[in-house]
Amino acid sequence: MALQTDSHSGPTRTNVMQTVGRSRLTWSLGSLVVLVIVWEVAALWLDSRLFPGPLAVLSAMISEARSGALAHHVGATLARVVVSFVIAMLIGSMIGIALGRSATADRFFDSWLIFFLNLPALVIIILCYVWFGLTETAAILAVSINKIPNVAVTVREGARSLSRDLNEMAVMYRFGRWRTLRHVTLPQLAPFFAAAARSGLALVWKIVLVVELLGRSNGVGHQLHVAFQLFDVPMILAYAVAFIIVVQIIEIGLLQPLEARAVRWRR
Amino acid sequence: MTAGLCISLAGKTWPAVAGRPSQPVLGSLDIDIESGSFVALTGPSGCGKSTLLNIVAGLDTDFDGAVSFESKSPEITYVFQSPRLLPWRTVYQNIALALPEGDARLQRIPELLARVGLTEASDAYPERLSLGMQRRASLARGFVGDPDVLLMDEPFVSLDDPTARDLRRLLLDLWQRRPTTVLFVTHDRSEAITLATRILRIEGTPARIVSDTAVTLPREQRDDAQAVYEEQLRIFGAS
Repeated sequence: MALQTDSHSGPTRTNVMQTVGRSRLTWSLGSLVVLVIVWEVAALWLDSRLFPGPLAVLSAMISEARSGALAHHVGATLARVVVSFVIAMLIGSMIGIALGRSATADRFFDSWLIFFLNLPALVIIILCYVWFGLTETAAILAVSINKIPNVAVTVREGARSLSRDLNEMAVMYRFGRWRTLRHVTLPQLAPFFAAAARSGLALVWKIVLVVELLGRSNGVGHQLHVAFQLFDVPMILAYAVAFIIVVQIIEIGLLQPLEARAVRWRR
Repeated sequence: MTAGLCISLAGKTWPAVAGRPSQPVLGSLDIDIESGSFVALTGPSGCGKSTLLNIVAGLDTDFDGAVSFESKSPEITYVFQSPRLLPWRTVYQNIALALPEGDARLQRIPELLARVGLTEASDAYPERLSLGMQRRASLARGFVGDPDVLLMDEPFVSLDDPTARDLRRLLLDLWQRRPTTVLFVTHDRSEAITLATRILRIEGTPARIVSDTAVTLPREQRDDAQAVYEEQLRIFGAS
């Protein structure tokens, strides 16, 4: 797509960005359409009950939506994603900031962090269920514990690179603790929170599905489990696609605008 | 109310880091600064001028000696060498943050912004402004709280001549309007003469005072390049 140019002034920043945004959207939509076509052709060619085409998946999705099951299970999963995501972001950020600010604490807890980073998600989930029973609390706890070390590592990077210059400025102009946090520290950490949130959302919802599969009686993970036992592939794909759409809506509708707002002061 | 200050320093040494031995920066320094005076602190670069300013500001507490002020809790502001504005806050917000919330002096910010020529840029983010404009904003922030003691670390360095001259005039104007004790670090000798009532030169490792001279050139002659040059010869010698 050609940039809109003005014969007097060059293209303005906003309309260049809009043009770039629009052309990216065109590209993603185009490539998705191609993916769906390839999928449909492959399904027609294979002609197997275990490899349904997009139309079969869509009709499974519609019938689940009509019965209300889709909204119920997607809603249950989404609620778990939101709660464990918020918990992980809060606790992970606090740990990250503490470790970034104190070299001693960092030296001591670094190996703990590495331990938890490398602990397989499945082990944490199983242990939580074994220790706390097949409860909602255990499920949320398992997901949060999986995500906390990632958030901590990302935010620690930010806390390490806090500007000493700006901190001295805050001291000289008597900002005090609260003002310094709000106007000096948190804005510097914002890009790191954004990065943690981005990778966090993707990780958390995948782990939530496993947690549901192993020990919950509702949610997308539970439905996948049921469909797996029935070898109901259209159902599996229907839930998968429905959830991908929900996550993308959150990403584009919530996370991206928040991130854009956080960096609007940049040149 | 203004405040004089008294610096009596036994010495300041950078501690040894990563195999490098410890380095003395400042030697024994005794400086009495009269309330309301404008003191320029000059010396070769790297000799410890900024370090001394950080000690006076209270940012550096790792030194032998004491800094005392005439009044109990003087309002001290520091105009840093780089503007150190918060890039995620507008020019107006940056200045407003130097005052307590709900302070009556918040009302004066528009007038102050007009004085430094930043009325139009009031709602702009610092990174979108030129360095000169950022320095002016940082100057306005330094002034807005009516400081008793104003510390300045080469605030006009790397500005073009007309802008620097303009800002110097602004600084003098604000200083004369409301007597403030100023400690101004610069390596520019003619700038020191244009602004100061007294010039302190420090030099050496560790740095000591090599001269302490009052500037006697009358204010009205300080725009005159020839007169400033002669005063410079008198104070600094022919070097």
